[in-house]
Amino acid sequence: MALKTAKMAEQLELFGCIQCGKCTGGCPVARKTTLNIRNLIYHMLVDSEMDTGAHEELWDCTACFTCVERCPKDVQPAELVIALRGDLVEAGRVPETVGTALMSVFRQGNPNSMARQDRELWAEGMEDSLERAKKAAKEGCDTLYFVGCTPSYDQRVQRVARALMRTFENSGLDVGVLGTDESCCGNEVRRMGEIGLFEMLVEEGGETLRSVGARQMVTTSPHCFNTFKNEYGLDEMEILHYTQLIAHLIEEGGLTFDGSVASEDGEEKVVTYHDPCFLGKQNQIFDEPRAILEAIPGVKLVEMDRNRERSLCCEGGGGRMWVEGTNLEERLAFQRVEEAADTGADVLAVACPFCLLTLEDAVKVRGLDEQLQVVDIMELVDLALEDADASPAGDSEEEE
Amino acid sequence: MDRRQPAALVIGGGIAGIQAALDIADAGFPVYLVEREPSIGGRMAQLDKTFPTLDCSSCILTPKMVDAGQHPNIELMTYAEVESVARDGDGFRVRVRQKPRYVDVDKCRGCGDCAEACRMKGRIVSEFDEGIANRSSIYVPFPQAVPLKYTIDPEACLYLTRGTCGRTFKCKDACPADAIDFEQEAEFVDIEVSTIIVATGFDLIDPRTKPEYAYGVYPEVMTGMEFERLSDASGPTKGEILVDGEKPEDVVFIKCVGSRDPHTGVPYCSRVCCMYTAKHAHLVRDKIPDANITVFYMDVRAFGKGYEEFYDRVKQERVTYRRGEPSEIYRRGDKVVVLAEDTTLGQPVEVEADLVVLATAIVPRNDVKGVSGLLGLEQSPDGFFQEADAKLRPVDSNVEDVFVAGCCQSPKDIPDTVGQAKAAASSALRVLVRARDAASSGCEAKMVKES
Repeated sequence: MALKTAKMAEQLELFGCIQCGKCTGGCPVARKTTLNIRNLIYHMLVDSEMDTGAHEELWDCTACFTCVERCPKDVQPAELVIALRGDLVEAGRVPETVGTALMSVFRQGNPNSMARQDRELWAEGMEDSLERAKKAAKEGCDTLYFVGCTPSYDQRVQRVARALMRTFENSGLDVGVLGTDESCCGNEVRRMGEIGLFEMLVEEGGETLRSVGARQMVTTSPHCFNTFKNEYGLDEMEILHYTQLIAHLIEEGGLTFDGSVASEDGEEKVVTYHDPCFLGKQNQIFDEPRAILEAIPGVKLVEMDRNRERSLCCEGGGGRMWVEGTNLEERLAFQRVEEAADTGADVLAVACPFCLLTLEDAVKVRGLDEQLQVVDIMELVDLALEDADASPAGDSEEEE
Repeated sequence: MDRRQPAALVIGGGIAGIQAALDIADAGFPVYLVEREPSIGGRMAQLDKTFPTLDCSSCILTPKMVDAGQHPNIELMTYAEVESVARDGDGFRVRVRQKPRYVDVDKCRGCGDCAEACRMKGRIVSEFDEGIANRSSIYVPFPQAVPLKYTIDPEACLYLTRGTCGRTFKCKDACPADAIDFEQEAEFVDIEVSTIIVATGFDLIDPRTKPEYAYGVYPEVMTGMEFERLSDASGPTKGEILVDGEKPEDVVFIKCVGSRDPHTGVPYCSRVCCMYTAKHAHLVRDKIPDANITVFYMDVRAFGKGYEEFYDRVKQERVTYRRGEPSEIYRRGDKVVVLAEDTTLGQPVEVEADLVVLATAIVPRNDVKGVSGLLGLEQSPDGFFQEADAKLRPVDSNVEDVFVAGCCQSPKDIPDTVGQAKAAASSALRVLVRARDAASSGCEAKMVKES
């Protein structure tokens, strides 16, 4: 059954569109797939019905929101993609992997098809810290650390969560975590079009988060940060991405680096930074990650040509970690790691679990792994702190 | 200047202020023309050619500037700002602050020996040339300046900022007229006028508010006003269009940069960009016959007399108009790439360029709030001065006997600006004639009584 366009077009205020094409012009996937959001808006305005099932390319959108940021008329084109996906979700016509991820969120509180009781796996080797933080959350703490699904379960990203936890403790922060009570934030759920499930997560999750009574909450992922900050209505606490908190700690003198990331003969590491869409474009956090990198001894920061508002999406958002899209050959992450390699950098630093995974994968596929290492900023922070402090877990040796 | 007659004040010495002052002065009334810059001329003096007739802008403006400078009924007060305005009966008492030029204008002959000698020569960004050329600390903004008197920039002069300029003052030593005077201080001049015309002009939006176009990152990306200075035969490159010393082969124009965009606070159309972009495209074709010229546009608004015809002509000069507002600019090798959707094709396209010209939005002058406070003028929601009625009282303000003209009221082209200036002058003349008649009838009554 085809979607009736009139109501949705009015609800999303599509009539304000002047068809200037700035959305599709800047859309990172429009250049490689048939997704043309400007054209979809036009069809919504001139056709009475739309067969959403015929638009496989709807699943190509990464929800980077470049179109929303640049639309001169406030039309919010990406919200149309989300609404059209919503129509497919309602009709049960979603790609199988999307269905699996959504079902896993519903049943296990994460999209990774992992068991809820395994959500503390990230803290392997630092069980004492985990227990302290869980107790703190129960008894009321100043800072709540929201670990997030991918950092909890993905072995590569768990290292980022551990580095964060160590740094929080070393800086003397009164930090708590929810352990197995933590559930998916739903940022990707909403962007995959499952609005009902998202609303349920906001309701239940919001209650759990509020019950801690923390002054501030910090997240590993810009995706969790985005939905908590902009979609949860958590007015009683300050929502921070970790780059904001760490930059603040450095600025206030609460975090000083005694070590260095330079090589043994003192050669600086050349680092370039990739702005994640959900942190940069969507939330204008451009300076804090750079401030951290510049404070780390042994880092020489260089910029890629496309940086800040012009950063190229890694294609990991909008549910794309769970659905391949229609053009597997030309991944944006491939292009991005080549741009990073062109700067002559040794390290491509990121501040997002999805960017970490997509770009690290791209480096391997493109055979750049000998020259370019993809790391999260926190791993560099951890490395520069580690020399001074015998950390609870020798994380850097533990894997690989 | 006949000081027995009621006088007018014109604030702003661009084409609107100059035209209004000339019309009032020609009718026999004294006019004070106050301009905050060292010269009158305003934005129009910066332009190369004017659409749609392609007249040289300074060739048609300079004679008017000279007329204004020499008119027996006009008192030019350049490098001066209105400090306060108070109602006084039917008129206004106005205090004008004459900023110190540190140059005695009665002695200065405008020879320029001082600027040649200045230690800072070639090191201070020229505002008039939109930053594509440099000047000295002592300067005239452009060679046709009226008055042709030098001014020392207090923020750039070594002596005025640091208390010393080497062992000796280079400008003082060089001046054959002994005109340099570092002791000069601001002076206040009190005047009485019956009517005021506000013609304070406009600014252009900072293109950095659209970071996707990477203005300030790539030398290839410039504003339309910078292009005017580049293309002007009397400008820094003598009219040669050069980017990093090279003639561009591929030129892209982007319209509506910041305009029609509530995000930037500019929901309105800036009205002149469609036509000046067509003019720019023509100038590129004229000077670089083999260039590939692309104009990206959302709509083409060619509404004035001769405008659609001019647009037609420019297109025939092998200028490609592509519908679609570009979304981003980035670097590829020694070119920049303009990324857009060509909405007619329905496809994203990349167009390589050596020069990208941004048609930036017209915005209210940065001192609009100050001027509005001085006079009690209302601003419309777009920030420009509010006319009393959009249709039937287009030059009246909310304050009696105060009129508005030119781009301080809303974006407009030169013909509309001149038309509005003449309308404001005509309205001001009604006030002046009324004031004169009141004074003379009072005089007659007095004479009758005495006799």
